[in-house]
Amino acid sequence: MSKLNARIPEGPLAQKWTNYKDHQKLVNPANKRKLDVIVVGTGLAGASAAASLGEMGFNVKNFTIQDSPRRAHSIAAQGGINAAKNYPNDGDSVFRLFYDTIKGGDYRAREANVYRLAEVSNSIIDQCVAQGVPFAREYGGLLDNRSFGGAQVSRTFYAKGQTGQQLLLGAYQALMRQVNAGTVKMYTRTELVDIVIVDGKARGIIARDLVTGELQRHFGHAVVLATGGYGNTFFLSTNAMGSNGSAAIKAYHKGAMFANPCFAQIHPTCIPVHGEFQSKLTLMSESLRNDGRIWVPKKKEDAEAIRAGKKKPTDLSEEERDYYLERRYPAFGNLVPRDVASRAAKERCDAGYGVGATGLAVYLDFKSAIDRLGEKVIEARYGNLFQMYEKIVDENPYKTPMMIYPAIHYTMGGLWVDYELQTTIPGLFAAGEANFSDHGANRLGASALMQGLADGYFVLPYTIQNYLADDIRTPRMTGNEPEFVEAEKAVKARFEKLMSIKGKRSVDSLHKELGLVMWDFVGMGRNKEGLQHAIQRIAEIKKEFWTNVRIPGDTKGMNIELEKANRLADFIEIGNLMARDALNREESCGGHFREEYQTEEGEALRQDDKFAYVSCWEYKGEDSDPELHKEELIYESVKMVQRNYK
Amino acid sequence: MEKTINLTLKVWRQNGPREKGRFETYKVNNISTDSSFLEMMDILNEQLINENKEPVAFDHDCREGICGMCSLYINGRPHGPDDDVTTCQLHMRKFNDGDTITIEPWRSAAFPVIKDLIVNRHAFDQIIAAGGYVSVSTGGVPDANAIPIPKKDADDSMDAASCIGCGACVAACKNGSAMLFVSAKVSHLALLPQGRVEAARRAKAMVAKMDELGFGNCTNTGACEVECPKSISLSNIARLNREFLSAKLKD
Repeated sequence: MSKLNARIPEGPLAQKWTNYKDHQKLVNPANKRKLDVIVVGTGLAGASAAASLGEMGFNVKNFTIQDSPRRAHSIAAQGGINAAKNYPNDGDSVFRLFYDTIKGGDYRAREANVYRLAEVSNSIIDQCVAQGVPFAREYGGLLDNRSFGGAQVSRTFYAKGQTGQQLLLGAYQALMRQVNAGTVKMYTRTELVDIVIVDGKARGIIARDLVTGELQRHFGHAVVLATGGYGNTFFLSTNAMGSNGSAAIKAYHKGAMFANPCFAQIHPTCIPVHGEFQSKLTLMSESLRNDGRIWVPKKKEDAEAIRAGKKKPTDLSEEERDYYLERRYPAFGNLVPRDVASRAAKERCDAGYGVGATGLAVYLDFKSAIDRLGEKVIEARYGNLFQMYEKIVDENPYKTPMMIYPAIHYTMGGLWVDYELQTTIPGLFAAGEANFSDHGANRLGASALMQGLADGYFVLPYTIQNYLADDIRTPRMTGNEPEFVEAEKAVKARFEKLMSIKGKRSVDSLHKELGLVMWDFVGMGRNKEGLQHAIQRIAEIKKEFWTNVRIPGDTKGMNIELEKANRLADFIEIGNLMARDALNREESCGGHFREEYQTEEGEALRQDDKFAYVSCWEYKGEDSDPELHKEELIYESVKMVQRNYK
Repeated sequence: MEKTINLTLKVWRQNGPREKGRFETYKVNNISTDSSFLEMMDILNEQLINENKEPVAFDHDCREGICGMCSLYINGRPHGPDDDVTTCQLHMRKFNDGDTITIEPWRSAAFPVIKDLIVNRHAFDQIIAAGGYVSVSTGGVPDANAIPIPKKDADDSMDAASCIGCGACVAACKNGSAMLFVSAKVSHLALLPQGRVEAARRAKAMVAKMDELGFGNCTNTGACEVECPKSISLSNIARLNREFLSAKLKD
C-alpha cells in the first residue's frame, strides 16, 4: 500500500482544502521565474492550468496536437457547467453538489477530492464571467440556470448549446494573453511521445513535431498531463478523431498507475450508428432531456412496423407509447443519470422495442414541450442542436421525434492521482479527464467542464507549488542528459519499428476491429465470459497490428497514418486494461455493468464489502500482467446506499 | 433505403509548404448519401492505403462542427455547397451520382499550405494573442451576478462568440481579409461590461496585428458572411469599424 498514499489533508471534510492551502509550501516570485512547467494539452484543464501558472510567473511550455489550442475537444461540450451558486434559491449548496456527485458516481469516488470540486465550483463561474464568457441570462440581467441529470436542483450554467466552446475560448484567451506576455510558450501540432524520468522524478518529455516529424527534448521541473480521456479505444465514440490515451499510457509505462480503467461513460443521447463507414458518433446534449421525453412503442408490432418503414412515430397515440424512464423512475423521470438512462434504452432495444432501421434507437420527443412552450422557446434553448441533428439525419426534430442511442462519451478512469493531483511518479501531475479522481463510476452531466476548470484554475496552481517549493535549487537541464538521450532513442526505435512492419492492413481497419470487440464485450453490458473473450481477442488484434499494419510514407515530414498507428498501439493496451479491470470488478456500479450483478429490477448491484476501492494497475513490463493495487475508499460524510432514482 | 453514388474527385496534393502542388484525380464508388463528406474522404484514403499510396492529408477533429479544424474548399466554396455547416457536417446527399468534386485547401497568403489540404492558421492565434481577451488573471474576481447584463447584450455577444476560428471567411474573401474573424472577437467582448474596459485598446491591437500578418483589406463584398458556417453577421464588421475609429480619434 505504500505506493498509494492519497495524502488527504487532516480535518473535517469542509475544512480540508482550507487547511491544505493554509499550510502548503509556496514559491516566491523570484524563484517562480526559475522554474519550468510543462503542460501537455490545451483543453479546459490544460489551458486553464497553463494560463494560471503563467500568470503566477512560472515558465510554462504548453503542447497541443492540434493546430491551435482552441481546438481541444472540450470545445464540443454542449450542455453546461455545474456550480453550487444556488442562484435559483432551490436548495442547492456545496454539500448537496458534493453529495449528488458522490451518489451519481455510485460511491466510487474519493470524498475529499469531490468536496473540493464542489467547493471551488462557484469560483469557476465568477472567473468565467470576468473573462467575458457570455453565459445565458434572464431578462433581469442575471445568470440563468437549467437542470441536468442526477440532480433535483437547477445548478447548470450554460451558453446556448455551446458551453464547452465558450468556456474553452475563455481559457484559450487567458492562455493567449500569457503567450503574448511571454510566460507561456505554445507548441502546436506537437505530440508527447514519452516522459523523461530523472532520479525517479518527471523532468521532461520527448515530443514529436507533427509537421516535420522531428523529435524534441523538453525539460520541465514538473510535468502536467491534461490530455483527456481514452474513449476512442472504442473507435466510435463522441470524442474527437484525434482524442487519444497515449500520454496516459506513456505515464503508465514509466510507473504511474492507471486507475479504474473500466469506468467508461456511455452517454444515452447520441445520434444512432447508421453505417459501417461511420467515423464518429454525435452527441445530442443531455440538456435536451429537460424538455424531451424518451419513449419507444408499447407494442412490439408497432416497433416492427416502424422499423420496416410502414408506420411513423407520429402515427402512434399517447396510449401506444411507453415513456419508459418516466414509468420506471417517476421521481427523476427523463433526468435520471446517464448510466441509468443508457441501460434502460439498451434494455428496451434488446427486448425488441427499438426503432430506426437497425432497431437500435429510441425516440426523444419534443412534442409536448413544443405544445406547452411554443416552437420559439424550444428553438431558443436548443436551436443549434436541432440544426445539427437535421444536417446529419435529414429529419426535422420540430416535426418528428429525434432518434437516439447510447454511445461511449467519457472515461471516468485515468491516471491515479493523490489529493494534489500528483501521480505515483513525483513531479508528474494529471488534470481533467486524464485523471480518475472525481467522478467515481459515473460522471454527472455538466460536471466534466467543472472538473477540468477546477483542476486547472484552482487546484493545480496551488498543489504544484507545494511540489516545486522543494525544487527551487534544481537547475534547468539541457536535454543532453543520458535520460533524455535514452528516452529519445527508445521513441525513435518505436517509430522505426512501426514503419518497418509494412503489412497489409490500414490503421483504421484494425482500430474498427478493436472498437467492435470493446463495444460488444466491454461496453454497456459485461460478463465474465465475454471479458475473457475480449482479452483474448485484444491480444490477437495486438499481434495483428504489430505484424500486419500498413503505414505509407516515412518518419520524416507529416505522416498522419503514422500518428494514428502510434496512438492505436496504445489504445490496444488500454483496451486490454479496461477488460482486465472490468473482469476484476465483480460488481455493477455506475457505468460498469456486470450482468451477473444486478437487482431483480435490473438495476446495478454494488458489492461494497468487496469492491469499495479504486483499482490501480501497475505496469510490469511488456510480457507480464499488470499488478493490481487498491486504494480503499472511506466515506466519513456520506453513507453508502444503493442509488435510487425512483 | 440507402442510396449510393459514384464520384470523381479532383484533389489538391502538395508535399510541403515550398513544394509545387498539383491536382490528382481519383474515383470513389458506392458512397452512401448518408455519409458525411469527411467519411467519403476516409473511404478515399482507405482505398489509397490499400493501393499502397499515401493518403490525402486533411485537417479534421471533432466532426460535429465546433472545433473549427476542418477546412476544405469544395467546388469553389469554403465548406462546400450546404449552408451554415462546416465540412464535417456536409453530407453526401448534397451531391449527385456522377459528379466531379474539386477539393482544395484554404487559399490565402496568410494561411500557407502545410501538406495537401492542410494549411497553417497560426495567424489567427497571433491576432487573439495581440488583444483578444479580457485582462483578468485567475482569482480575485467579483461574484458572477455582481454586474447584471441586459439579456440582449449577452445574446448578441454570444452570437459573435460563436465563431469557431475555421478561417472560411478568409478563404471566401477575394482580398483574403480576416475582418469577420477579428470583428467577431472584438464584438463578443465589447458587448459585455467586462470586456468594455479595454475595448479601444483591443480593437487597435488586433487590427494592427491583422494588418501585419498579411491579411487583405475589407471591401464589403459580404462573401465571408455567406460562407461562415456559424452565420457570424457582417454587422460585427461595422461594429469593429466604429470601435476602431473612435479609438483612433481619441489618440
